[in-house]
This record gives sequence, C-alpha cells and structure tokens, in this order.
Amino acid sequence: IIRKYEYDLVVIGGGSGGLACSKEAAQLGQKVAVLDYVEPSVKGTKWGLGGTCVNVGCIPKKLMHQAALLGTAVKDAKKYGWQISEPVSHDWATMAEGVQNHVRSLNWGHRVQLQDKKVKYLNMKGSLVDEHTVKGLTKAGKEMILTAKNIVIATGGRPKYPTHVPGAMEHGITNVALECAGFLTGIGLDTTVMVRSIALRGFDQQMAGLVTDYMEAYGTKFAWKCVPRSVDKLSSGALQVTWMDTQTGKEQKDTYDSVLWAVGRAPETKALGLDKVGVQLNNETGKIVVGADESTSVPNIYAFGDISEGRPELTPTAIKAGKLLARRLAGQSAELMNYDNVPTTVFTPLEYGCVGLSEEEAERRHGTDAIEVYHAFYKPLEFTVAERDASQCYIKVVCERRGDQKILGLHFTGPNAGEVTQGFAMSFQCGATYSHLLQTVGIHPTCAEELIKLNITKRSGLDATVTGC
Amino acid sequence: MAALCRGRHRWKKINSLHIFTRSLTGKYEYDLVVIGGGSGGLACSKEAAQLGQKVAVLDYVEPSVKGTKWGLGGTCVNVGCIPKKLMHQAALLGTAVKDAKKYGWQISEPVSHDWATMAEGVQNHVRSLNWGHRVQLQDKKVKYLNMKGSLVDEHTVKGLTKAGKEMILTAKNIVIATGGRPKYPTHVPGAMEHGITSDDIFWLKQSPGKTLVIGASYVALECAGFLTGIGLDTTVMVRSIALRGFDQQMAGLVTDYMEAYGTKFAWKCVPRSVDKLSSGALQVTWMDTQTGKEQKDTYDSVLWAVGRAPETKALGLDKVGVQLNNETGKIVVGADESTSVPNIYAFGDISEGRPELTPTAIKAGKLLARRLAGQSAELMNYDNVPTTVFTPLEYGCVGLSEEEAERRHGTDAIEVYHAFYKPLEFTVAERDASQCYIKVVCERRGDQKILGLHFTGPNAGEVTQGFAMSFQCGATYSHLLQTVGIHPTCAEELIKLNITKRSGLDATVTGC
Repeated sequence: IIRKYEYDLVVIGGGSGGLACSKEAAQLGQKVAVLDYVEPSVKGTKWGLGGTCVNVGCIPKKLMHQAALLGTAVKDAKKYGWQISEPVSHDWATMAEGVQNHVRSLNWGHRVQLQDKKVKYLNMKGSLVDEHTVKGLTKAGKEMILTAKNIVIATGGRPKYPTHVPGAMEHGITNVALECAGFLTGIGLDTTVMVRSIALRGFDQQMAGLVTDYMEAYGTKFAWKCVPRSVDKLSSGALQVTWMDTQTGKEQKDTYDSVLWAVGRAPETKALGLDKVGVQLNNETGKIVVGADESTSVPNIYAFGDISEGRPELTPTAIKAGKLLARRLAGQSAELMNYDNVPTTVFTPLEYGCVGLSEEEAERRHGTDAIEVYHAFYKPLEFTVAERDASQCYIKVVCERRGDQKILGLHFTGPNAGEVTQGFAMSFQCGATYSHLLQTVGIHPTCAEELIKLNITKRSGLDATVTGC
Repeated sequence: MAALCRGRHRWKKINSLHIFTRSLTGKYEYDLVVIGGGSGGLACSKEAAQLGQKVAVLDYVEPSVKGTKWGLGGTCVNVGCIPKKLMHQAALLGTAVKDAKKYGWQISEPVSHDWATMAEGVQNHVRSLNWGHRVQLQDKKVKYLNMKGSLVDEHTVKGLTKAGKEMILTAKNIVIATGGRPKYPTHVPGAMEHGITSDDIFWLKQSPGKTLVIGASYVALECAGFLTGIGLDTTVMVRSIALRGFDQQMAGLVTDYMEAYGTKFAWKCVPRSVDKLSSGALQVTWMDTQTGKEQKDTYDSVLWAVGRAPETKALGLDKVGVQLNNETGKIVVGADESTSVPNIYAFGDISEGRPELTPTAIKAGKLLARRLAGQSAELMNYDNVPTTVFTPLEYGCVGLSEEEAERRHGTDAIEVYHAFYKPLEFTVAERDASQCYIKVVCERRGDQKILGLHFTGPNAGEVTQGFAMSFQCGATYSHLLQTVGIHPTCAEELIKLNITKRSGLDATVTGC
C-alpha cells in the first residue's frame, strides 16, 4: 500500500477515549499512532499513560471511596459480632501507596496493550500543524512530525482554578467536590464543602439533596451559599481561607491544612493549535464543536470525549464513541454513538445512580400532568443489625403517565448504586415501561428489588416508606 | 344449619341492597381463608383484604425436631432469606475488616467473632419483622389466627391452637400456602437426634462450632459460607454435585471460591451415621464413594441441608381430594394456582413446579387474590425469574443455564459471551478474583435474544436485578452492546462482553 500519509490515524490524547479509538483502529488494520502527554498540575503532579480516569479520576477516586466505605464496614462489623478495639485510625500513606501502585500497574498495562495491538505510542505533546500534520514535542523539547489521513483529538480536560481568588492557585489543589469530601470524611479527616449555590448542578435536585443530607449526617461540614475570597498561607504553614457568606453578608475566616478546588473542568485545547487549522470551538465552554459523527469544522479532524461540546464527561461514553469512530474511519461501519440514556453514578458516601431524565427535566419536556413519578424510601437489610440510618435511601422512577408508561428517568440512592443501576440502564435500551417494571420478579433480599416493587406515586401523596414484604 | 342457610338465602332475596354492600358470598363466614402466614400467604391475604374481601390467615409453626420455634412471617423472615443474608453480611464484614487494613485502616490482628452478638442482632431484627407483619395484618383488616389449619371440606377449615382449642371457619375460597420444612435423612442413624437444620441454625444462642454441613443445595452452601466467614471450621459433604439445577460451570466457580476461602469439601461422600460421644461432640461416619473407604471425624454440629419437603401432612388434603405430585409430595396446580378441588388454591413452596422463592410467592399470591376478587384475569409469569445464591462469592442468574439452553436450542444455535473480570476493590485488597466471571447465553442468529445471564462476584443480586428487567423487555445481545457502562463497577463488565466461548480466545478482561 502506498500511503500518502505516514499514518491512517493519529490520535492526540491517551486517555479513555484516545486509547479505545486507537486500539480499535489498529485492530481494523489501520496504521495508528497515539500521542499522550501530561502537563504537570500547578502543584507539579504528573502521571503516566491512561488519562484522567486511570490516573486522577474514576480509578483512584473509587479506591479511596472504598477505603472510606471500609471504615464504615469496620464500624458495622462490631454490631455483627466482630471484636474490634476502638478507635480505629486510618493511615493515608498506606492507602495512597496501594492506590498509586494500582494506577501505575494500569499505566503499564496500557503501554503493553498498545504494543500488543501495534499502536505507536509517543509520550509527546501533540499539536496541529495543518489538517494532516501533527507535531509532537517531548518534555526535553525534541520535535517530531507525523502526517495522517485522519486526526482525532481526545485530549480531555483539566480542573479549573478560580482566577479571581488570590492565593487559589498557589495554595490550592483540584478534583471533584462531593466525592472527594466524602472519602476524606470517611477516612476520618475534618472536611468542609463550600458551595456557592447548589450541589450537583445538572443532576436531579431532590436526589442531590439526599446525597448532601447524608453527607452532613455522616460528618461532612457544609458552608452553603458561601463564596471564597482569598487563600493565605500562615507562618505555621496552615492555609487561612477568607470567604463571604452570601446569606448573612458576613465575611468569615478559618484555617485548613489543605484547600481543594473542584470548581469545574476546562477543555485541554490551548496548546493544540486549533485556531491555526480552523477547528471551531464553542465560545462559552471552549470545547470543540462536533457533529453527530464526532467531526469538527475541519473535514478529516475529529474530536470526542471530554474535549467535545455537548457530550457527557464520562469514560464509558468516550470509550464507546472512540471505538465507533474508529470503525467509521476504517470504513467498517456507519454506526453513530448514541448519547441518550447514558447511566452514571456519583460515588459519594451514599451513592447515587441514575439514568435518563431528572424529574425537573421530565416536567420541563412533558409537563407535570403528563408524567407519573413512582417512589419509595427503603432500608437496606444490612443497615438493620448495623443500626444505621437509612433516611436518605430512596428510589424514584419517572414515567410517562399514559399508555404503557414508558420510563423516562430512574434514580437510586443507596449502597452499590452503580451495580444496581447498570442493568436498569440496559432496560432503557429495550424501551422499558412501568409495566415491564411490574412484570419483573425481585431478587430477595436486595436493595435493587425495591425498584421493581415501586407502586406509590408522588401524585397520591401517600407515605412512600417501604414496609416489610 | 340448613335452616340458617335457607333463611340467609331468603334474606338475601329480600334485602337485595345488601348484596351490593356485603361480600358476594354471604353463605360463608369468609371470602378467603389462607392457611400459611409466610411470604405468599401474607401477600395474598393482604391484597385480598385491600380489595374488599373478608379474609383470615392461619399461621402456625410446628417446632423443629430440636424444638426451635418462631413467629409470624414464614420461612423467609424467620429461617430463610432474612437471617441468612444478615449472617452472610456478618461474614462479608469479616473480609471487609481484612481488606480495610490494606486500605490504610489500623486494626490489630487477629480479629475474632462473637456468635452471640451476631445472633442477638439477627434475632432481634427478625422479631421486629414478626411484629411488623402482625401490625400490617391488623392495619389491613386481615383476621390473624395463630392456629394450625387443616381442611374439613371444600369450604371449611379447622384451626387448632397449641393448647388444643378448635375453631371452624367457612370460606368461599381456600388458599394453601404452607410452604416447606427441611428434610432429615431417614436412613442415617442419629441424624434426627443429633443434627440440626436451617430451622435451627439462625436461632442458636451459642456458636455451632466446628460444623459439618451435609448437602449441596444453595442452603447448604450459603450456611457453610457464612460459618466459614465468621471463623468456624466448616466442612460441606456432597453426595454428587453442588447446586443441582443451576448452571454447573457457575456452580463450580462458587465452590472453587469457597474452597479457596477456607471451606472444606468432602466430595462424593455419603453419611452413614451420627453418634454422640461422651465429650458431647458428634462423631460422623461416612462412606467416600470414590475410594470406597469409610471415614470418621468429630464435629460440634451437624447441619442437614438435604432438601425441603412440602408441609402437607397435617392439612387433610386427601380427605378433601386435593391431588399431590407422587414424587415430590407437593400440591399439583394449574397456571392459575388452582388445585384439583374447584375453590381450593395453592401456591408458593407448597405447589409443584414452582420456584421456591419469596418474590414469586408474593407476586403469585397478589395476582391470585386479584383473580379471586374478580379484579383481574392476570396469571403469574414464572419465566425468567432471577435469583441469587448468597455464598461467599455470590452468584446471580436469570433465564436458562448454558446446559438447558443447549438442550432446548442445540449448541449450534446458541452463542455464549463470557469474561473473567476483577472487581476494582479487589486490587488494593490483594484479593484473588479467579472465580469472578460473567456469561450471557444468547440465540446465535438474528437479534441474538438473550436466553440466560450468569454472574459471580460481589453484590450479585444488585447487579442481576436490573438485567432481569431487561429480560422482560425482550433483551438481545445488541441491546447489551448499545448500553453504556457505569464506571467503575462490576456490572459494566456485562455490557462490555464480546469474547465468545466458541472463539476459544482468552476471556480475561484487560484494562479499559
């Protein structure tokens, strides 16, 4: 084959999406290169191949969440007969080492996979020279030019720092607010969450309230409707944060060992040279504008994952979109990524799983009269002997009110919310209705069975607390 | 009595208004009498009462051979699902405590378990459920009688209290939901005198100690599993195969995990006798059918889990002509839970050919109540009922086993997608995930309709429930592929399945 270009496909970004896309393309016979490069964080943190999910997202987050859950399990264990001397303290270093070792094994695993699948891996910072040319830059400043028939941008995002808060960048660190606050509380640290307006924007707000209510009962402190003003380092080394309580109008101060900024993520586009090549960005978000097939404003340049406008910022959608894109580019398929009804789970101390529309969104789209919400407060069996409060363990399913009552949205707070929600997400794909729910027989005893037992509507105003079977 | 009936008929004709305000019968004291206050009986009676029927439910617990008794609620609440899952949770928490150390929690080894603390917690919860059920029956205006019910004729039930007092109830319809009780082997000397069953294990005040569990049902494996988990020396004695009726590859993974976990297995062994030694310990003699040799060992407890028998003996069924299945002794029923006697119905564990599960009994009971009240014609659908075995490595499944799918469709017409995966939480905990496995059995052609789904791993019930719903929606392999995963979970591995058994390729999931 005489190649006009050195590669069939060059992927910029070795995260969940970029790796999935490049491996799929290589498997379909394409000549592929993937460039991955991690600009150190403001604090100087770096990591290996695999992107946000593997290094600074899903994986370490879930492991630290697990550490926190195990702290609760140790407390429960006593009620179940295990003889453990109180109090039990937690050692950060042990946990961090375990987590970081696992992440490193994943970095390694990804490198091996790329090799196995014959994807050329370059630890270089990629940028566009023209529609078919990518420049790679090593840390040392060495350059490499690659030409490609198609270019895919999957560089993802990085956490934002607030620009208007003096001392924010110098003294703060970054990640995702509630999940981090949750596991920090769970391992025994004094933790406060400062919230400007609402929690979990974009999520069902009733559910968001249950999540934060649980966290407050669990020990996390919340500073609601507060806006940070500045961060100063004291001579002791501690950080003094000054903020404005917008409800009282008063200014407050307190000292912390660490300040963690989780105020949003920004797309990694600055160093890509996109304007040079004419790739259109969304004015507001700065993300790359894409079509249903992940195409950009430049014919052979594609973008997907966290970098692209209007997409969920999730690993599984990036992986799937990347694979489908690879198949289309290899001429093997015309299938587009379906971004509807993507399930997700928030791994807070009380986990929250959901798929489909929030109740607010369903009301907005269909009108309150045209929807029916079935709901229940339930108690996980395991909470009984453990004497744990289940006040925020709740389920609701939002359906069309008429006909077969198609399910529009499903929401669950409780243990193992991700495990519970996944299978129901599949039933969305099969066109699930409330009657399907009713026809399903439960598995007993589980939390998930409470979904198929739902029968009280919000409209009825009846007590939605599940009594015994 | 006859005059009274005549009088009532005349009274009915005169006072036609009453026909609308009273129940349709008038001839009988109750519209419905339910014998058995377990998962099924309670659901049925409450539903019927809610639909305006005059209902009575009789519940009575014949003490076990060892003398164990319990309150209202049946097997599930008292000696089944509920205490089982709680003790399983106690065992899981033991593993969690070990994991916790790897995750940074500073816990001094070794950690021991106190049976009495656990038993008290479990038994207190069960008692709260007994009470809850009584309150519910009251709230829903169901007459509850703590009496042993039996049939006198097609419309008459006799209730007998523990003290021997009798009560007669007449009913338009009678429902039998008396469930089952554990079997004892009849041919093993000492079995009844010295052994216990699942009726007793959850009510022991003291630890059962070193235990021999005889049987290979899910009851046997679940009990052996939690006993091992709380630190007891536990052996399972299996005559032939484990989890008969379940997918055998999955059954093997479950028992492999248990063996790695510390449960001892005496495969292909048959118990011969149980003797009590002067020390109080139990000496069990058995035949190892593979070597032909006789073996002995001593245990503190012997737990028989060799099957369950339907509670029909004291019901007076033959008197009334209710047909039983010759082999199982269960009541023969139609698709509408009817028996050979027109107004007598039976469902739940007592009926032939039904799953022995609480959720099917509850659902069938509710639907039956609606049909008897004339509110519905809907029959219970017993297909694709999901279930989970709560062994140390849990196993959830819905639909056909691979063997059954092969039997029905032929190996050529099915495709099995599978994967060995590792739960993320096992990594830092340095736990072995060798038996964490998933397979989905599909039709090979067309849309590839899913015939069976099998999962071993943590929280198997939670994982399986939603997929069971997709069965109701006619799920196919393409639906699976269209579903986006939730990351990181174990459940997402199901929607990522892509390696077929047929391909012979390595089915171990590598990183995303």
